[in-house]
Amino acid sequence: MSQNIKFVQGNEACVAGALYAGLQFFAGYPITPSSEVAELLAARLPTQGGKFIQMEDELSSICAIIGASLTGHKVMTATSGPGFSLMQEALGYAIMAEIPCVIVNVQRGGPSTGIPTQVSQGDVMQARWGVHGDHSMVALTASNHQDVFLMTVEAFNIAETYRTPVVLLFDEVIGHMREKLVVPQEGEVQLVGRLHTSVKGGVDYHPYLPREDGRLPMSDFGGVHRYNVTGLYHDMWGFPSSDPKVVHGLIRHLVDKIENRANLLAHYKEYFLEDADRVLVSYGAPARSALHVVKNRRARGERLGLLELQTLWPFPTDIVREKCARAKAVVVVEMNMGQMLQEVKKAVEKPEQVFLANRIDGVFITPTDIQNILRLIQGKGV
Amino acid sequence: MAVKDYIRERFFPHMWCPGCGHGIVLNSLLRAVEQLGMSKNEIVMVSGIGCSSRIGGYVDFHTLHTLHGRALAFATGVKLSRPELNVVVPMGDGDALAIGGNHFIHACRRNIGMTAIVMNNRIYGMTGGQFSPMSGLGISASTAPYSNIDRAFDVSEMARAAGATFVARTTVYHAQQATEFIKKAFLHEGFAVVEILSQCPTHFGRRNRQGGAADMMEWFKENTVPVGSKKKLENPALIERGIFVQKEEPEYCSEYAKIVDKAMRG
Repeated sequence: MSQNIKFVQGNEACVAGALYAGLQFFAGYPITPSSEVAELLAARLPTQGGKFIQMEDELSSICAIIGASLTGHKVMTATSGPGFSLMQEALGYAIMAEIPCVIVNVQRGGPSTGIPTQVSQGDVMQARWGVHGDHSMVALTASNHQDVFLMTVEAFNIAETYRTPVVLLFDEVIGHMREKLVVPQEGEVQLVGRLHTSVKGGVDYHPYLPREDGRLPMSDFGGVHRYNVTGLYHDMWGFPSSDPKVVHGLIRHLVDKIENRANLLAHYKEYFLEDADRVLVSYGAPARSALHVVKNRRARGERLGLLELQTLWPFPTDIVREKCARAKAVVVVEMNMGQMLQEVKKAVEKPEQVFLANRIDGVFITPTDIQNILRLIQGKGV
Repeated sequence: MAVKDYIRERFFPHMWCPGCGHGIVLNSLLRAVEQLGMSKNEIVMVSGIGCSSRIGGYVDFHTLHTLHGRALAFATGVKLSRPELNVVVPMGDGDALAIGGNHFIHACRRNIGMTAIVMNNRIYGMTGGQFSPMSGLGISASTAPYSNIDRAFDVSEMARAAGATFVARTTVYHAQQATEFIKKAFLHEGFAVVEILSQCPTHFGRRNRQGGAADMMEWFKENTVPVGSKKKLENPALIERGIFVQKEEPEYCSEYAKIVDKAMRG
C-alpha cells in the first residue's frame, strides 16, 4: 500500500492519472509550466510499450495525437496558453471528426507570451470558444493532486465515451505545487475503453451513424473497415457533404451530445452549502484559498459555503442555480477578470448578487483577498 | 485486382476540373499499389486541404482528410502508433510547402517511414488561382496580378537538405515513371518524397497563357530531362526528372522500438 503514496507535483499527478487511464501515445512541445508532463512521459511511456514523440510545435503535437487515436490508442498532449492557442485549429478538427483525445493546458498568465512562470486562469473562455464555429466542449479542472489524478482519468473516460476531445484546464500552482497523491489500486477507479464496432468486415460500416444511445462505435485504422475521416461536414460514411440536412444533423449531434448531458458530466464538490447564506463558487487552485476562508468563517459561526466546480464546460448551469438558490450573495473566486463570473450570473436567479473575488497580477489569490471582498459586499470595508 | 478495385466508386464523379493533372497522379498511385500487391487494409492515406488532398476521398484505403498543411503531422501519429501500416501523404504545393513547410522539413529530418507525394501544380487551385511557393518569378496569379515577385522553392532540393532519404521527381506526362517512383518510395524504409509536376489548366494555364491540359502536359515533356542529362548543362532552365536521393538511414519508428526495448530493460 505504501508504495502507492507519492509526494509529487500536480503535473506528475496528471501523468499518473493518464497512465492509470491507459495512455499509450503522447506528442508534445516544451512549454512552461507544462513541460514536466512531457518529460515524465518521455521516460515512462516506453517502459510500458507506449510511444512518446516531441514534435516541431504545438500544431503538430495535437495533430499527431489525433492520428494515433485513430489507430486505436488512448492519447494526450500537454501545453500552456500560447501552445493552446496554436492547438485550437486541430481541437476543432477533433470535435468535428469525433476523435477521442485529451489536451492538458496548465494555465499561465496571458495574453501572448504573458507571464510563463506565474499562475492564471485566463484560458477558461478560450477553452470554451477558442475553436471557430458553433461547437460544444468538455473541460475539467481540479484543486488538489488527488483530484488532478481522478479528473485526468475522467477526461479519458469522457473522451472515449462521447468520442470527443476533453480539455484538462489546470493552472501553474496546481502544476508545480507538491503534495500527497495516493495512486488508486488497479480496478479501484472505473476506466472506459474504446467502443469498437461489431460490424463484420465486408459489411457496410457507418463510422458516423450514432447508435440509439448516441455513441458511435469506432473501427481502428488498419482494421477491416476502411472509411474516410474529415474536418468537412460529412455523411454517415465520413464523406464530405454540403446537403443542408446532413449539415444540420451533424452540428446538432455534435452540440447535443455534450450539452444535453451537462448534468451527467458535471463534477463538483460542495462544502457547508446546506445552510449557507453566502456561497463562494471557485475552481482550480483558487478553490483552496476559498475553502480556507469557508472553514475559518464557519469556525466563527458565519454561514458561508463553497461550491467547487470541477467540470467547467459544459457549464453546470442547473447545479449552480440550485446550489446558489438560497444565497443572499454569491462570490466567484477565480484568477482572471471574471470569465466564470459571467456564467454564474447567467445561471442564478439574482445576478446582481453575484460578485467577483479575483487576482490578475500573477500572484496566487489568498484567503485575505477573498475575505476582503466578503467584507466589502457586507459594507464593512476591508 | 484491377485498379478500380482500389477506388470508392460510390463517391465518383470526382470534384477535379476537366484537364486537371491530379487524376493522373491518382492513377499512377493506384497502379503502384496494385503492382506491389499491397493490402488495402494496411494503407492509410493522410491528406491536408486543397484540390490534391481530396484524393483521399476516392481511394478505398483508410483515409484521413485533415487540416491545411498538417497532413504530415497527423500521419506521424498514425505511423508511430502503428508502424506496420503503410502511410502515404498526398499534398499540394501550397499545402506541403507554405502552411505545411515546417512539418515537411521536420518529417524529412525525422526520417519517419512514409511516402509524401507533392502534387505540384504551382498554384492554389481550390481558392481561385493565388500564387504558391512553387509559382516562381514572373507568374501571373490572382494575388499576383502584376506578375509574381515571390521566389520559388525547389521541393526536391529542400527535401534532400532537410534529410529525406528518398527523393524523386517526375511529371504527370511521365505517368509510368510516376508509378515506378511511387513503388520505390513505398518500398523505401524512411521518409520518401515524390514530387509530381501536375497541371492546373483552370488557373495556372489560363492565367499564364499555357494553353489547355494537353499543351501543359506537352510542356512537361519538352521542359524536363532525365537527371544527369547533358541537355541540362546546355540549358539550365530544364527541370530534372529522376531519383535524386536514395539512401539507408535509421528510420524513426525502428529507432523508437529500440528506445522501448532499452526502457523496458530498465
